[in-house]
Amino acid sequence: MAILINKHTRVMTQGITGKTGMFHTKMCKDYAFGADCFVAGVTPKKGGQSYEGIPIFNTVAEARQQTGATVSVIYVPPPFAAAAIEEAVEAGLELVICITEGIPVRDMIRTRYKMQGGSTLLVGPNCPGVITPDEIKIGIMPGHIHQKGPIGVVSRSGTLTYEAVGQLRELGLGQSSCVGIGGDPVNGMKHIDIMQRFNDDPETEAVIMVGEIGGSDEEECARWIKAHMTKPVVGFIAGVTAPPGKRMGHAGAIISGGKGTAQEKLAVMEECGIKITRNPAEMGKTLKSIL
Amino acid sequence: MKIHEYQAKEILRHFGVVTPRGIPCFSVEEAIQAGQSLGTAVCVVKAQIHAGGRGKGGGVKVAKSAAELESAARAIFGMQLVTHQTGPEGQPVRRLLIEEGADIRKELYVGMVVDRGSQRVALMVSSEGGMDIEEVAAHTPEKIHTLFIDPMQGLLDQQAREMAAKMGVPETLLDQARVLLQGLYRAFDETDASLAEINPLVLTGDGRVVALDAKMNFDANALYRHPDIAALRDLDEEDPNEIEASKFDLSYISLDGNIGCLVNGAGLAMATMDIVKLYGGSPANFLDVGGGATTEKVTEAFKLMLRNPGLKAILVNIFGGIMRCDVIANGVVSAAREVDLKVPLVVRLEGTNVELGKQILAESGLPILSAVNMADAAAQVVQAARG
Repeated sequence: MAILINKHTRVMTQGITGKTGMFHTKMCKDYAFGADCFVAGVTPKKGGQSYEGIPIFNTVAEARQQTGATVSVIYVPPPFAAAAIEEAVEAGLELVICITEGIPVRDMIRTRYKMQGGSTLLVGPNCPGVITPDEIKIGIMPGHIHQKGPIGVVSRSGTLTYEAVGQLRELGLGQSSCVGIGGDPVNGMKHIDIMQRFNDDPETEAVIMVGEIGGSDEEECARWIKAHMTKPVVGFIAGVTAPPGKRMGHAGAIISGGKGTAQEKLAVMEECGIKITRNPAEMGKTLKSIL
Repeated sequence: MKIHEYQAKEILRHFGVVTPRGIPCFSVEEAIQAGQSLGTAVCVVKAQIHAGGRGKGGGVKVAKSAAELESAARAIFGMQLVTHQTGPEGQPVRRLLIEEGADIRKELYVGMVVDRGSQRVALMVSSEGGMDIEEVAAHTPEKIHTLFIDPMQGLLDQQAREMAAKMGVPETLLDQARVLLQGLYRAFDETDASLAEINPLVLTGDGRVVALDAKMNFDANALYRHPDIAALRDLDEEDPNEIEASKFDLSYISLDGNIGCLVNGAGLAMATMDIVKLYGGSPANFLDVGGGATTEKVTEAFKLMLRNPGLKAILVNIFGGIMRCDVIANGVVSAAREVDLKVPLVVRLEGTNVELGKQILAESGLPILSAVNMADAAAQVVQAARG
């Protein structure tokens, strides 16, 4: 089961001939069932070539038709990445995972507008990707720190997700799926969308939710959890010490107009029954305490 | 990226927004000449710094004669302007804007930001202009009206008129206000702005709708397609450490503590600051070296942190992931040697080849304190900073 992806998922890499695309496609192909899962690559004008035995096509539509891949992962450079998402949406893919960091917000506003009412799901951009341990890894996270198990992880950050996973591993707790939803202000799936899927997934028993300053996605997710979630959730928010008005690395990590502070998010999460920790070294321990 | 008021007004004028006539000046002499060439009875001398709240800090003065203009320009030019956004040390004034005075009858507010929830540009208007909009939002939120703009249709005539009416523009001026709002949206959209604010927008005695102030910020990720806007960047207004960091593709923000933090990844970097604070210390900076932490980048990161004379200790927290810990350890050792490190250094490494990485640190002969996890790292570095 798990969520979003499993060993039966068939994936194409958009931007497979770039340095990042090549490196991570190889790493993903070498992980668990990756050799079965990664079936196509897309780079305009490079159709007919191959990489690591994976055939390359000119377009997403062609790759889908020839290989049956219904999920794509995007490593295309920022000026062209929004167009790459749109191409995947137009080809009717089920899920698009965009790793690219630095896409102009204006491009994402238009892309998200065009995705309205459609069925394609987007994870990212500016995210580490999604992994279902011991089955499939789509993205740039280190596969070896993960192991199969009952804990779902959802986060806006890359390395902080690895930190949470590392802590779970130390305690012998594996993961059902780990989803990095990305650090951009205008993105695809939010905490709440991932949380709903973890709630529906019989293999997931509890969830770690990692947020950060900026926006109000964590609060919305917390309110949904209070009303609907049947499984325990542990929460951490990064940026208690972040000064207002400064972008903390991620384009979306900014306290503006006094909104989006870590304190505010933690307070709402706690009110909604989420077991919060203010210590990033105790995400795993806190989760274990509520199992 | 931020720009000055006079630059924002220049952009907005291209899009049909009416502003007072004004001349940017880089010296008191230029300001005096500007007053003469404007030739109006009343002038306004406005400090040009990137922070808001300039009026309250004494950075905006009205002059009713050439003599008044000169004394205002002398008072403001070169002053250390302190506002609620500059911090207590303030910001030196290196540029002035000399503008014709306006006969203000009513002050209104117009703002535009990217709204994350609706994933659209939000237009916000209010009848309460000239004051801090955050206070209006806190005390009288019903006086702020918001419209989420359809990215394909833009701001329609009818919508613009309705929003203008909601902020209290009288019927006779609705068309002028509509043109202004539509111009503002086109400017926002076409320049990849992340924020635009006209506060106040004024209705004048001679029946005009004028942008008396203007502020624009831009999406740094889109500057590659706006070289004209990128050229407006004023490095004098930015933290020199942050400028230096950006040259090496490091994400750096100065804070007021004494423990330097060097981390890979923005989320982990924030969490590292948080845990330092939680253990009783105070972080000196946010520093994300990114995914590809090369020896050169780590060295530059050390140099940046060491510019801070109050630095008492450094914490390196790297979750290697795909990056190998031995490579990072070599980077840390050679960086520490190159900068001749005098403050205690605590290193926490996790990921591939972590044992090899720790061995490299241990065998380096440098007084590096190795931490087994984040909590241990925080405890050690806080202790070390207390010395």
